[in-house]
Amino acid sequence: MIIKILGSGCRKCVTLAENASAAAVAAGKQAQIIKVTDFAEIAAYGVMSTPGLVVDDKVVSAGKVLTAEDIAKLL
Amino acid sequence: MSVFGWMNDQILRMVWLNDLVENGVRAVGLDPASRLGGSVQFFVYDVIKIFALLSVLIFVISWAQSHSPPERTRALLGGRSGLGANTMAALLGTLTPFCSCSSIPLFIGFTAAGLPLSVTFSFLISSPLVDLASVILLASIFNWPIALAYVAVGLVVAVVGGTVIGRLGMEDQVAAFVRTAPVSGEAERLTQRERLAYARDQVAEIVRRVWPYVLIGVGIGAAIHNWIPAEVVSALIGQDKWWSVPLAVLVGIPMYADIFGTLPIAEALVGKGVGLGTVLAFMMAVTALSLPSLILLRRVVRLPLLVTFTGVVTAGILSIGLIFNAISNWFI
Repeated sequence: MIIKILGSGCRKCVTLAENASAAAVAAGKQAQIIKVTDFAEIAAYGVMSTPGLVVDDKVVSAGKVLTAEDIAKLL
Repeated sequence: MSVFGWMNDQILRMVWLNDLVENGVRAVGLDPASRLGGSVQFFVYDVIKIFALLSVLIFVISWAQSHSPPERTRALLGGRSGLGANTMAALLGTLTPFCSCSSIPLFIGFTAAGLPLSVTFSFLISSPLVDLASVILLASIFNWPIALAYVAVGLVVAVVGGTVIGRLGMEDQVAAFVRTAPVSGEAERLTQRERLAYARDQVAEIVRRVWPYVLIGVGIGAAIHNWIPAEVVSALIGQDKWWSVPLAVLVGIPMYADIFGTLPIAEALVGKGVGLGTVLAFMMAVTALSLPSLILLRRVVRLPLLVTFTGVVTAGILSIGLIFNAISNWFI
């Protein structure tokens, strides 16, 4: 699965990326984590608050730093 | 003394804390009236007060703001235009949760949904400029009339700035991908527990982000307060010097700091006889415009629009500084 973190590289985005990779490990899933910093691409997901979390091209959360447990439930 | 005055002094201004710190300074053998003792007292009192107020305020305000996500703001503003829409955008800008790293997605989201540039810019100007937490801190450090005047003029800059930018017809100055971006639907509903967790996270995040600025700001404030003679300060940027406001704006624009860091400097400068307008102009320039946010904005708008935006906001702040200096005897 592909997990994308949408955000211009602020602190929250970094934390969310770390939590996402921990969640993937905990859920026993093979996941590729991609940080999307290009605004054109972020805009294409229609996200208005960063950081955004995209799992397999579907936006699952925006503007929140989810914990690893929260993300694991979404995977 | 009235009950309101007492509460304002003890809770918001924390007069008791200042007395406590003063006794502490005496207890370690320093004279609060001396330079060193005075600096120590200013520093310790201001640092504790700012962090305490900041934490409580951010918590309460973030909780309240979690009811007003940007998607709702956009829905409220949709299909409106004219001065009323600009005023509404400026007012909503003070309430919507906002972090400078979110301003560009927000700009894209508003523009893609067809909101006019004037409304979007009114929102973008007022959002960092008139922030609930900073208003209450202003009331704590100065007084309520000044805090409310700051809100009023901040909103005027946002409304007028947005209107001017709208009149110039620069719709073609926005990057093409912004217009074609998809428009998301409703924001997800939060439970009460999620709102509280959000508020707690905001406190942790903001305190972690601003603490160096606060310490530096209070440090500079303490130095000005006790070490630099008032004559020197007023000779450089005194109220009667015509260049004081433009200078404050020029210095403030490129600066990237939080309003929480600039408040102690403002406090010390006003104490040395610098005009209120000069100090407000400095704080507004620091918060409304900064190099990092302009660089980000450049990625979605063309240079002429970016220059116009910077120019319009600068002009607004300059006039506010000059007006406030002219009428400051109403407040202090």
